[in-house]
Amino acid sequence: MTAIDAHSTGPAPPDPRPRSDPAATPALSIDGISHSYGTRRALIDVSFAVAPASFTALLGLNGAGKSTLFALITRLFGTQAGRIGIFGHDISLAPGEALRLLGVVFQSRTLDLDLSVTQNLLYHAALHGIGKREARLRSDEVLTRIGLADRAGSKVRDLSGGQMRRLEIARALLHRPRLLLLDEATVGLDVKARADILGHVRQLVTEQDIGVLWATHLFDEIVPGDDLVVLHQGRVLAHGPVENIIADAGARDINSAFMRLTGAAVDPGSPAP
Amino acid sequence: MSSTTVSRRHGGFSLAQYVTCLNGIVWREALRFVHQRERFVSALVRPLVWLFIFAAGFRQVLGISIIPPYETYILYEVYIAPGLMAMIQLFNGMQSSLSMVYDREMGNMRTLLVSPLPRWYLLFCKLVAGTAVSLLQVYAFLLIAWFWDIAPPPIGYLTVLPALIVSGLMLGALGMLISSGIKQLENFAGVMNFVIFPMFFASSALYPLWRVQEGSPLLYYVCLFNPFTHAVELIRFALYGQMNWTSLAVVVCCTTAFMIGAIYAYDPSRGLVRRGPAGGEA
Repeated sequence: MTAIDAHSTGPAPPDPRPRSDPAATPALSIDGISHSYGTRRALIDVSFAVAPASFTALLGLNGAGKSTLFALITRLFGTQAGRIGIFGHDISLAPGEALRLLGVVFQSRTLDLDLSVTQNLLYHAALHGIGKREARLRSDEVLTRIGLADRAGSKVRDLSGGQMRRLEIARALLHRPRLLLLDEATVGLDVKARADILGHVRQLVTEQDIGVLWATHLFDEIVPGDDLVVLHQGRVLAHGPVENIIADAGARDINSAFMRLTGAAVDPGSPAP
Repeated sequence: MSSTTVSRRHGGFSLAQYVTCLNGIVWREALRFVHQRERFVSALVRPLVWLFIFAAGFRQVLGISIIPPYETYILYEVYIAPGLMAMIQLFNGMQSSLSMVYDREMGNMRTLLVSPLPRWYLLFCKLVAGTAVSLLQVYAFLLIAWFWDIAPPPIGYLTVLPALIVSGLMLGALGMLISSGIKQLENFAGVMNFVIFPMFFASSALYPLWRVQEGSPLLYYVCLFNPFTHAVELIRFALYGQMNWTSLAVVVCCTTAFMIGAIYAYDPSRGLVRRGPAGGEA
């Protein structure tokens, strides 16, 4: 699969970057975030950062708090404690500036199944204030690059699971974000579709300089060189380069490092190819 | 996080971008409406059943005296037509809220809510879109009713439009407010029983209030304070080129209150925060 070129068409939009030096500003900064549902604490003093043009994996079992964290970053939930910044913009104080720099692929499908592939993209573009002509140009471009140009007029419900995920990624990139969040984006897909999508997202990092936060519970989606955040029962247990985390845990691989860090009794993802 | 921006600007979007967003949301709602033909048919069949069957049966039982805005005796079918127009909008408003609950459960709602445009504006666009769809339904109903000899003055088709917009916004805003409090799609049946039916029957849609007062003074006051009654009366008067200022004031005030309530409920730091995890897990 070739990479989606999210920066190749149409006139340049207004530069939404903050005035501070982008190199010094993390793409995403999570600072002391805690969140509760009633008396149940879902996140406890979570802090980490994602550098621009980097791939950061957020590893945690189901129920670790990944989706809650994503809901907070995307402002579906309000922050109860702590601060979240996207390229320096506080999500609570300047949500417009923050969200326009953010693309997101949620764990559950968020496409409109009754609309066509192009219609879904045009709707997303409209939600970001992108005019129809420009939106059509961008849609055609991304659909060509992700190999869905021949399905542009198809209803989304007629696409395969892998094609839907690719379309969701294309949609998330349509407004040219600088940070991309993906929450368990490969769940339910076959081996090839998983590999395609993961490779595709990694290309975005190297070719488009997009910062990526990739939430997963599958060890085999993490490779040496990645930044890794280990989230367990709402707490960050480790954060840093994968190699460092493995070494600090005195383990031989990420699988056993995770076991040592969490004391997990079961291997959550290693059997997956 | 020392570099955090503390500006309260909301993205610096231009007016054209706001309009683009509004167009996009209305366009999407219209597409969904077109794709759901059954929804259009059922939206029309419901009032037509009332008109052709209920009204035909009750026309001999329920005599209507001369009351404003009518200047002569009228058939019962003519009397209930504005109520049925409002009923279309009531059902459409609730249908829109059902759609919002569905979208939230299926995840589509997140696409809307993570837009960088202000959330109040996104909800307003959603409201306008729902109202636009209800206008199509009402005018289709009026067209069919015309063949049934329910024909207001020609100018009435034009003068009723602003009234339909205002009443559509009110009922849509009410639906939106209700949707914010519904956690699961299954709970929506309660809305039918506890909102739609009481609002419709305890109003002037099917019988004039003076008749209600004769039967039950208590019910009369319930009807009088029912916002739906005022939506019906606003439409009724506008259909005959007249203005019912009291009803207009009530409808505008209720629209504002419902909309503020919905915006409050959908504010991430208030309403949505009380709900469960985002992705079916923590």
